[in-house]
Parts: sequence; C-alpha cells; structure tokens
Amino acid sequence: MSAVIPSREPSTPRIIRAEGEQPLFAQADRVRITIRFPVGHYRVPSYLRGRTGSVEKVIEPAGIDNEEEGFGRNAGTKRHYYRVAIPLTALWPGYAGSHRDALHVEIFETWLERN
Amino acid sequence: MSFSSAKKLIGPEEIRRQIEVLDSRTPALGAQVVVKAWLDPTFRARLLTDGRAACEELGISFYDDTRLIVLENTDKVHNLIVCTLCSCYPRPVLGLPPDWYKLKPYRARAVIEPRAVLAEFGTHIPDDVEIRVSDSTAMVRYLVLPLRPEGTEAYTEAQLAALVTRDTMIGVVRATIPRPQRTSL
Repeated sequence: MSAVIPSREPSTPRIIRAEGEQPLFAQADRVRITIRFPVGHYRVPSYLRGRTGSVEKVIEPAGIDNEEEGFGRNAGTKRHYYRVAIPLTALWPGYAGSHRDALHVEIFETWLERN
Repeated sequence: MSFSSAKKLIGPEEIRRQIEVLDSRTPALGAQVVVKAWLDPTFRARLLTDGRAACEELGISFYDDTRLIVLENTDKVHNLIVCTLCSCYPRPVLGLPPDWYKLKPYRARAVIEPRAVLAEFGTHIPDDVEIRVSDSTAMVRYLVLPLRPEGTEAYTEAQLAALVTRDTMIGVVRATIPRPQRTSL
C-alpha cells in the first residue's frame, strides 16, 4: 500500500502590493504633466506644466519624492519616476529644427495623469 | 560657512574634505568610462543598463544617492544634457560643470533651440538625426557616450582618451580627431 504523501500546490502565492510599490504607468503610455503651482520647492520645470508626452521608460527602483525631500519629509514618499518624451515641435510653436527632435525629462508619479 | 560651523552643523574639516572629493573628480574619469565602452562591448552593455554600477566597476565611487543614465549617441540620435532648474550634472564622474552650463542662457536655450546652441559650439547635426535633449530634474544624472571617431582603429587607450573631452560628454560637441596645429612660418 503506498503512503499518502502530503504536498503543497507549487503555485505562486498571490500577494497584494503596497501603495506606490507598483508603477502606475508603463512604457509607451500617453501621460499629461499636471498644472500645479506648488508653494515652495518644485522639481517640474514650469515650461512643462500641462504638456503631454509618452513614457519612454519607467525608472527603477522607486525613489523618494524630491520635492518633499527638500523639506526633509522623506518617510513614506517613495513612488516611481518616469522618463517622459515630448517632441520639441509639440513644445514650441514654430520650432525651427528637425521634427525628430525631442525632450526627455524625469517626472515623479504624483505629477502625471493618464492622457 | 562660519554660521553653520558656529551652529555645530558642519565643521571646516568636513567642508574641506568634500571640496577635496569634488576636486578629485575630473573629465578624465568620464573619458576612461567612454574609452572602455568603445573597446569592450560587454562593458558598454553594462554601462547602458546601469551607469552608476559600471562606473563603480572602474573604481569611480558615487558619493551621493544619484543614479547615472548613460545616453548613447548613434547615427540616428545625438544626445544633449541640461538642467533647466539648476545645474544637475554628473559630478561624480565629470567633476564641476563649466560656467556656461550653469547660467541661464544655456539652460533655457538648450531645450528651446538645441540646434542653434550646438551651432555656436561648431556642431552641426543633420536634420535626419534626432537631437534628444535630456533635462535632469530628479535623482538621475546623465552622461553622453559620444560616437567613436572614424579612423581611430589603431589608437591606444591613451590616444582615445585624449579625444574624449568634457564637452563631448555633455553633448555640445562630437568627439573628433583634432586637426594638426599649423605653426607660423
């Protein structure tokens, strides 16, 4: 008579991710940089507010919010930065250079919304 | 400086040390990284994947929390770096930035009219090549990996390193073989 050998199903355990652990956006997503006028330290240049672009790369790993960091408030702020690509013809009316020219800039997740 | 020392926040010793750390960083370090990437395809691949880790392989430490993304120039893309907000620059591997990099004309014009700025440095990029301007605003710093000039196949590492100047790694000029100097008769 063969013994019944207990076993555990070799499936991947399901986990739930913490807030901010998983990037909200993926490569090639169209995003819009929000229009905000923060009081105090900011790291999104004003010429980019309200602009749309596409996510060129999700920067790993998640990093602390560099605007909060300026005030020493680092705890619990880690989210992803995204390298966003914006064609220069979209940024500047009458741009005189090649239509291929582009700007790449890192933007923190809290400044982006889906376009 | 005396105010912070008086408050016991930071002493003259720490300031002197940090000045020495930065003074030890020069474009010669960046040139070393670029030449190795030109000569060793596996190093190049690692450099493009994680710039900081690849620099650390060569003993170039990063004394801060910044990451490094190395931007590869190709025959389709020419990279240029700027910090419109301030003067973010890959100091651990290049040292201090030049004054023009930190001043407003460059910082504004690099994102508005990069081709005109490059022309002022004597650099003309054809229209079918993308100029990709990277504005560093966060914890990432950029270093341009220039194209290796034609005709350098027989060059030694030292000869190649002499071609990699600071401005080639910012992206305002291409790496070129200097024309022989004419001496006056």
